[in-house]
This record gives sequence, structure tokens and C-alpha cells, in this order.
Amino acid sequence: MSYQKYYVPEQSKYPIYLAIALFLLVMGAAGTINDLGKTDSNSAYILYSGLAAFGVTLYFWFRAVIREHIAGLDSAQLQQSFVFGMAWFIFSEVMFFAAFFGALFYVRNFSVPWLGGEGEKGLANMLWQGFESSWPVISTPDAGSAFALADKSMSWPGWGKALMWLPLWNTIVLLSSSVTVHFAHLALKNDNKKSFNKWLGVTVALALFFVGLQALEYYEAYAHYGLTLNSGIYGSTFFMLTGFHGFHVMMGGLMLAIMLSRSVLYNHFDPHNHFGFEAASWYWHFVDVVWVMLFLFVYIL
Amino acid sequence: MSAVIESHGHDDHHHGPAKGLTRWLYTTNHKDIGSLYLWFSFAMFLIGGVMALVIRAELFQPGMQIVEPEFYNQMLTLHGLIMVFGAVMPAFVGLANWLIPMMVGAPDMALPRMNNLSFWILPFAFFILLSSLFMEGGAPNFGWTFYAPLSTTYAPPSVTFFIFSVHIMGASSIMGSINVIVTIMNMRAPGMTLMKMPLFVWSWLITAYLLIAVMPVLAGAVTMMLMDIHFGTSFFNAAGGGDPVLFQHIFWFFGHPEVYIMILPAFGIASHIIETFSRKQLFGYSSMVWAMASIAILSFVVWAHHMFTVGLPLAAELFFMWATMLIAVPTGVKVFNWVTTMFKGSITYETPMLFAIAFVVLFTIGGFSGLMLAITPADFQYHDTYFVVAHFHYVLVPGSVFSIMAAVYYWIPKWTGNMYDERLGKLHFWLSFTGVNITFFPQHFIGLAGMPRRYPDYALQFADWNAISSVGAFLFGASQILFLFIVLKTVMGGKKATPQVWEGSRGLEWTVDSPAPYHTFTTPPKVS
Repeated sequence: MSYQKYYVPEQSKYPIYLAIALFLLVMGAAGTINDLGKTDSNSAYILYSGLAAFGVTLYFWFRAVIREHIAGLDSAQLQQSFVFGMAWFIFSEVMFFAAFFGALFYVRNFSVPWLGGEGEKGLANMLWQGFESSWPVISTPDAGSAFALADKSMSWPGWGKALMWLPLWNTIVLLSSSVTVHFAHLALKNDNKKSFNKWLGVTVALALFFVGLQALEYYEAYAHYGLTLNSGIYGSTFFMLTGFHGFHVMMGGLMLAIMLSRSVLYNHFDPHNHFGFEAASWYWHFVDVVWVMLFLFVYIL
Repeated sequence: MSAVIESHGHDDHHHGPAKGLTRWLYTTNHKDIGSLYLWFSFAMFLIGGVMALVIRAELFQPGMQIVEPEFYNQMLTLHGLIMVFGAVMPAFVGLANWLIPMMVGAPDMALPRMNNLSFWILPFAFFILLSSLFMEGGAPNFGWTFYAPLSTTYAPPSVTFFIFSVHIMGASSIMGSINVIVTIMNMRAPGMTLMKMPLFVWSWLITAYLLIAVMPVLAGAVTMMLMDIHFGTSFFNAAGGGDPVLFQHIFWFFGHPEVYIMILPAFGIASHIIETFSRKQLFGYSSMVWAMASIAILSFVVWAHHMFTVGLPLAAELFFMWATMLIAVPTGVKVFNWVTTMFKGSITYETPMLFAIAFVVLFTIGGFSGLMLAITPADFQYHDTYFVVAHFHYVLVPGSVFSIMAAVYYWIPKWTGNMYDERLGKLHFWLSFTGVNITFFPQHFIGLAGMPRRYPDYALQFADWNAISSVGAFLFGASQILFLFIVLKTVMGGKKATPQVWEGSRGLEWTVDSPAPYHTFTTPPKVS
């Protein structure tokens, strides 16, 4: 086996720029959030400049990596580093969602039943006597004062209304997009770039469609169901889980859109050389699996 | 650190570092980044140490003398956060950066640019955290564990900045850990199988896995806090159906693996040093690996032993008690292996060895008090007393911090090419050793007698031991100035080190020159 040199760039300006961007981003975000409701706050400008710097730096950083790859600087070993790196990054994302699923599991199985007087720590019922445990929690323990009441939850409405139930359509759209991105992968492996672009385009369109449906669902929740972030633990878990998932769909969709534009505009990727796309598609499948979990534990059960 | 001068002229594969400040800002070199991490960590160690001295000065005698209780709480909180996230963790990452590529025969870390990003996030994160001292309402004041509702309903406005600072520290740790894992999995020299890896590398492989698994959970916890504080959710508010105890569950699901993140690399370091100065092969290499892996896996199922008194169901109390006590088994394997390595060895007591032996003995004391705390019914007496403070300071200061100091003395000849001053090193050890024990051993007594932690004042019967403890703390603090002096003196000059440095040292890092060339192993060595 002949040895290839492992490419280590001499120096790079991107990391320190990205660290500065991140600093502006979080200072701006924290300031903006603390100043919510104040009219004379300038923190939002820091936030926007941080976001812009973040995006621009990432653009140039990725561009540099892609150019190094095209110039043949990266050995097979270096490419393997990217593969491992992406896999472990996705694992960290899995653990991020695990925290929120863990919270959902805990409130459904422990804190809400205990507040309702059930189980080993049912003594908690003395806080709000008369509160009965149910899921979804429509009426919160401290009903009406601290937290607004929702009229309706997003849970499974029964077979009769299933076709009018948005989450079902969301599921169909997202699961299909996982299939189409796989078709795109297969097309690429068969060296059919035209078909690759077509299927990847369909996937990006489905991603956009999903985000649209999700926005519609949020609109319905806020406008018609009275279900908000403020409506107790059901609203909290519902919006945080679906919200972070939606955010990840947007990130994954953006990655795939970038891969599509690389393929269409610059004719990047060939049958043996497409880890950028593969990484984005892994991420997409991960987002899809999270949705299946959400569908089960947030909507159905 | 010392500039490595190699003038190979036009050969662009083997030139030294860039000149000036940009060397450090733009660097992709694992040795530079390792040095940055180590210096940053030392700066944080001193800042967090000064905060500890504020605490000990206030506690020198009963009554309120020096600081306001509000400020005491801020010192307490920042001391914990800075020592955990700013001092101990970055020091281990710095050692990982310096050593892992050399130990596995790699040219650098696998993802060098991301490596630089991981470091440079940290100064910004701690700037944000420290700047909260000057914000309206003061710095975070809810303890390093930031339990809700202290950190939500009753928190100062700076909590928002704290939350985002934790977010970017987490991002830094995750990227750093991904780098470590990828380097170890993908960059080992041919012939270096997993079970031939040096134990420090093994310890970091396991630590990095723990970090990637739990830092995102911490991010989730602070995100829920942010939403509860500003956007009306009720994760930690029973009025909306949530539960403040939920915060503790999520926090300690992160927090317990986190404390092992701060000790596993120390296990690796101790193994190398004890082996070297005993001039014997380490006893039970594979059992050391399996013990670390077992400890890491068990660390995920013991978190609620921090919460025995919050009102857990009985089954949970029992489960977490037994699971916790189980950890004593692999930890005991390690301690016995170190002792057995020393048994009949030709031991010499250079400074690293002194720190390593003190590590084994004092860490074991901290481990035993941990076992006492694991016993649920007994914990109802110990919980939130100074006994707990004594316990975790024994595992963290003469545990983690001593191992870091041992590592610095052991590898600094390799880093700088100069031997440190052995006489001063030993003096530093004995001052630190004495200081640490005077500080923390009496805290066992006042804790068992019932003195609660986190208060700026205490009842009269605790006065004597508190005064002694404060004297010890100032001795320990002052002796770290000596450490700084020794390190600077070694960087500036000293007796030249040979490549092998120590008579009994083995491993790839001892086959290269001292100081190690700026680029090592651009072609991988063959490991048999």
C-alpha cells in the first residue's frame, strides 16, 4: 500500500473568524432576548452581524475544503476523517434530541401523574388539589392563572378525521423525501447525474413542503386551538420537540439545496466521489428518523 | 512555549511555526493548539483559584466580614463553573492535543482547522461568563449545578448570557471530542492496534465518547431553561405540569458522566507515570482498558445519586445506590493495578512520580468518601454538607489537578527540550500536597458534624476547622505561583533533555527529539 501524505493546512484564518462570529451571535442573541419588549435595544444588530459573519465564514471555509478536494490535496485517509466526523456529529445531535424526549418521557410517566395524585409521589397532588392527570395536559395544574389553557391538542384525532390531520401528511411528505434522496444517491452511483439532480430537486421541494405544512400546523395551533408555548407542559414539549425538529429539517434542507446547486452549477460529485452529498443525506435520514419518533411519541401515543 | 527552530530552507514540508501573533490565531498545529489550551487553562485555574480564596477568606471566621452574601454566591458559582469548564477540561484537551498525535504516530489531529476553532471559542465563552460579573443584577449566583427554579424564576438577568456561554463551550467540547475520536480511530500508525495504544490515548477515546454523548444533553437543559425564563414554557414549573426535579435529572444525566470526563484522562496519565518511574511494564494493561470502559458505561446509570433527598421513588433510590457502588469495582481494579505496578519496581521519586503517587492515594480517599455518599440512608445525613465538598474536592484537586501537574512535569522536557528544576518541583509538590490536605481534610469533619455547603456564614462550633481549612487554601493557592515560575523557567531554559528524557519511559513520543519538532510523524512510524 503506498502511503499518501495527510494534508494539514499550514494556517487558516477561518476558525478564528468563525469564533468571533459565534461570539457576536451569542452576545447578540442573549442581549436581544434580555431586551425583549424594550424599544431602545441595539442587541439585534449584533445578532444579525454575528449571523452574517457566521454564514460568510462558513461559505468560505467550505469553499476552501472543496477546492482542496478538487485539487487532490486530500488523501483517502483524510476523506475517512470527514466520514467519521460526520457520523459522530450526528450522534451528538441524537443526544440533543434525547434530552427533549427524556423530558417528555419524564413528565408523561412521572411528574404529571404525581401531580394528579397517582403513583408513589402522588403526594404532589396537595399542591393543586383536584388536578387530574391526563395526557395531553389540556388543563394545567395551576389552571388559567400562570399558563393559558389550550382548547385542543395535536394528538391523533381518530380514524374518521385522519385524512384532515396535518401530522399524517407531514409524515408522508418526510418519509417520501427520505426515499427520494435515496433514489438520488442510487442515480449518482449509476453515474446518472441528470436523474441525480432531478431526485435531489424533488427532495428539496419536499423539504420545503414539509416546512410549509409545519408552519400551517403552528398557525392552526396558535390561531384556532389556543395551543401555545405558554399552555403548560404539553405545549412546552410539543413546540420544543417539533420546533427543534423543524429547525433541523431546515438545516438539512439547506445542506441538500447546497449539494444540488453544487451539482447543477459546478457539476460536482461523481459516482465514487460525493461524500459532501452523502453527509447531507445521512443528516436527512437522521432528521427523518427523529420525525418518526416524534410522530409516535408526540402525536400518536 | 519555546520556538522550534528548524531551517530547512525551501522544503515546505518541514518548516517551523509562523512568526508573531498570527501563529497562535491561525495555527492548525496540534502542538501550538495544545499549548494554547494549557495556558488558557492555567489562567482560568488562577482566576477560579482567586475566587476560591475569596470564599475561604470569608469563611475564615464565622460572621460576615469581607463580602456580601450575594457576591459570595456569585464567587461560589463562578469558581465551580470556571474550574470545571475552564481549568480542568481544557487542560486535559490541551494534553490530548499535544500527546495523542505523537503517541499514535499521526502527523497532526485529524481535523486541524476545527481543532483551532474548538480552542478559540473558549476565550470568548469565558469572556461572556466573566463579563456577567459587571452586568445588572450581578453574575450567576445559583451554584455550578444551576438548579431550577434558582436558575430560572429567581435568576439574575445575566443568566441568559450564562446560557449562551454554556452553549458555545459545549460546541467547543463536542468539536474537540470529535477530533480526538477521529484522530484515534483513523490516524494510528500502521501496526498500532487498539490494544497496543498507550493508556492515555485509551482514556481520551473513552472520555471523548462521554463528551459527545452528554454535552448535547447539557445544551438541551440550558435551552429548556432559556425557554422557561423568556418564552413561557413550563419544563421546570409544576404549575404548568412540569417539575423542577426534571431539571436535576437532565442536569445530572450530563453531570455524572461529566465528572468522569474530568478523571478518566487522569487515570491514563497516572498509568504512564507510575510505569515509567517504577521501571516496570504496567500491570494489567487490558484490565485497565476494560475498567475505564466499564466506568464510562456505568456513569450513564448513576446520575440520581446526586438527588437522593429530592423525593425519588424507593425503587429509584435503591437502583442508583447499587449502581453507584458497582463503580467501586472497576475503580478498585485500577488502584490495585497501579499499586501492583509499583510492587518490586525500582522506584525513583521525581516530581511527576510524587504527584502520581499522591494522586493514587488521595484520589482513593475521595473514592471512599464517594462510596459513603452512595449509601442512600447515610446520604440523608451527608447531603449538601461540607462532607460532599470534601469528597469532590479530593477527587478533583489531588485527583484531576494533581494528575495534570504530574503530566506537565512528566512531558514538559518533551515540549520545551529543557528539564525543569527538580528541587523546585519537589518543593512545589510538598507545598501543594500539604496545602490540599489542610484545606480539604478538615471539611470531612465539619461536614459530618452538619455544616451545610454554599453558605457564607456558619455556626460557631465549626470555626476552628474552617480557620485551618482557609489557611490550607492560601498555602495551596500561593504554591501555584511557584508552579507558574517553574514552568516559565523551564520554557526559558535549563538542562537539555534527551529524546527519551526518563530512563524508564516508553512510547512513540519518546522516540522523537526533545523538544519535539514542530511537525512529527509526517510519515507514520511502523509499530511492531
